[in-house]
Amino acid sequence: MTQTTPDAPVRRQRAQIKVRTLRTDRWWIAPLLTFLALTAFLVYGVWAILDGSYFIDPYIAPFSSPCLSTSCVEGARLFGWAPIGDWYTLPPGLLILGLPGGFRLTCYYYRKSYYRSFWLSPPACAVQEPHGKYTGETRFPLIMQNIHRYFFYAAILIGAILSYDAILAMVHKPQGLGSWILLVNAVLIVAYTLSCHSCRHITAGRLNHFSKHPLRYKAWTFVSKLNAKHQPLAWASMFSVMGADLYVRLVAKGIIAFPFA
Amino acid sequence: MSYKAKFKVWRGEGGEGKLEDFTVEVNEGEVVLDIIHRLQATQAPDLAVRWNCKAGKCGSCSMEINGKPRLGCMTRMSTFTEEETITVTPMRTFPVIKDLVTDVSFNYQKAMEIPSFTPPAGVRPGEYRMQQVDVERSQEFRKCIECFMCNNVCHVIRDHEENKTAFAGPRFLMRIAELDMHPYDVADRQEAAQEEHGLGHCNITKCCTEVCPEHIKITDNALIPMKERVADRKYDPLVWLGNKIFKRSSK
Ligand code: SF4
Ligand code: SF4
Ligand code: FES
Ligand code: FES
Repeated sequence: MTQTTPDAPVRRQRAQIKVRTLRTDRWWIAPLLTFLALTAFLVYGVWAILDGSYFIDPYIAPFSSPCLSTSCVEGARLFGWAPIGDWYTLPPGLLILGLPGGFRLTCYYYRKSYYRSFWLSPPACAVQEPHGKYTGETRFPLIMQNIHRYFFYAAILIGAILSYDAILAMVHKPQGLGSWILLVNAVLIVAYTLSCHSCRHITAGRLNHFSKHPLRYKAWTFVSKLNAKHQPLAWASMFSVMGADLYVRLVAKGIIAFPFA
Repeated sequence: MSYKAKFKVWRGEGGEGKLEDFTVEVNEGEVVLDIIHRLQATQAPDLAVRWNCKAGKCGSCSMEINGKPRLGCMTRMSTFTEEETITVTPMRTFPVIKDLVTDVSFNYQKAMEIPSFTPPAGVRPGEYRMQQVDVERSQEFRKCIECFMCNNVCHVIRDHEENKTAFAGPRFLMRIAELDMHPYDVADRQEAAQEEHGLGHCNITKCCTEVCPEHIKITDNALIPMKERVADRKYDPLVWLGNKIFKRSSK
């Protein structure tokens, strides 16, 4: 057998294994399911934004809340307020779509899920990615992911508005199934929002002396607990917002029409 | 209780090599490293494998078992069926010396590139006073046994050899986070994390966390918090303004 020394060129080489992976489990299932679920969410979102039946007293569909233009029916407006005038004729949901959309798009968990399932970078651990070059989030456009915290601030507002909508529905129609659906959705959305990594950073993650900031440390401890559940909360709130939105639209269309709807 | 298992083991010097078939006895309670040792004892006396503690604490026996980075000494044979063929290969990201033994000096090189703990001038050893809550986060990272499986699995360098110069790998980005969070460290770690050690290459897909035998939440507790700190520093105009107005620093 030939002898190799530490500086022989062959010693600088990785194992020349010719297959993409030697994994024997079904590693492709998770990215496949993620791909299907996220695609379904996108497709539903596009349909919902274009759909006109977003309001039936006292419910407003979460995808179209807050409703900010004059084209929104009186009861759908937030505090009766319509800052965007007649000139705006597109679906009102489009006005706010960018905020929750951007929040999820730049979310650390969603990034993981779509980098893996859409971009296959990597599709699963120890499975080679199909790209020849890789620069990650070092340059435009992906470097823009760093603005996630600004979407977080906006998401706090949206979370508050959805909670307000749910409480309003609860007050006006406590026996309505829709009120309960909106309430559950609001709780999940708020929990998802508070479990955000940027939120964790802002509460106290950025500090090095927790002991000097006991209140912020407490908040950080709470957010950290939620943060450990960020992935399940992302999914739960995604399905709940989709479900609640669809429910309201079906009631508004008269497709769901039982007495306690 | 004992049975014959089918193994495929990577054999070869340097990168050249091939998978060799073996049929070998397996007894109850054994781990993959036991089987590799049995191969050495009975069929392949020159089979090279690095190991030391056989207790999951020295980080020497990192290898890939059925394609997944694992510690040989912590992978029980009972997790496989008796019919399964078990494939054992060296870590993919590092050059092979022989058989299952890789040259992990990339990692030592990266470790050296990170400036060590830098206390404020005038504080002497023995004068540090720290609260438990202030060092707790860093302590999680100190559980690391330097098995380098996280760096091995990270697609940034596993699939792109050319990124090795620009990217320190999760193990050492975590080291930077550890120091940056340390109440007594005053060195500027944030700028360097992004510009010199390649934090931006990480796309938080969490494979490092998935393989860590110490179950350190590398991505959630070190890499993402570090990305947020870098964002404070480089990408957030409001924080920048706040720091100017209130003359505060994040330390
Ligand atoms: S989370 Fe980042 S550092 Fe960890 S394996 Fe993935 S890309 Fe690499
Ligand atoms: S962080 Fe975990 S996987 Fe990485 S070297 Fe340390 S123990 Fe191994
Ligand atoms: S919402 Fe997921 S990290 Fe901020
Ligand atoms: S031999 Fe020490 S970790 Fe496996």
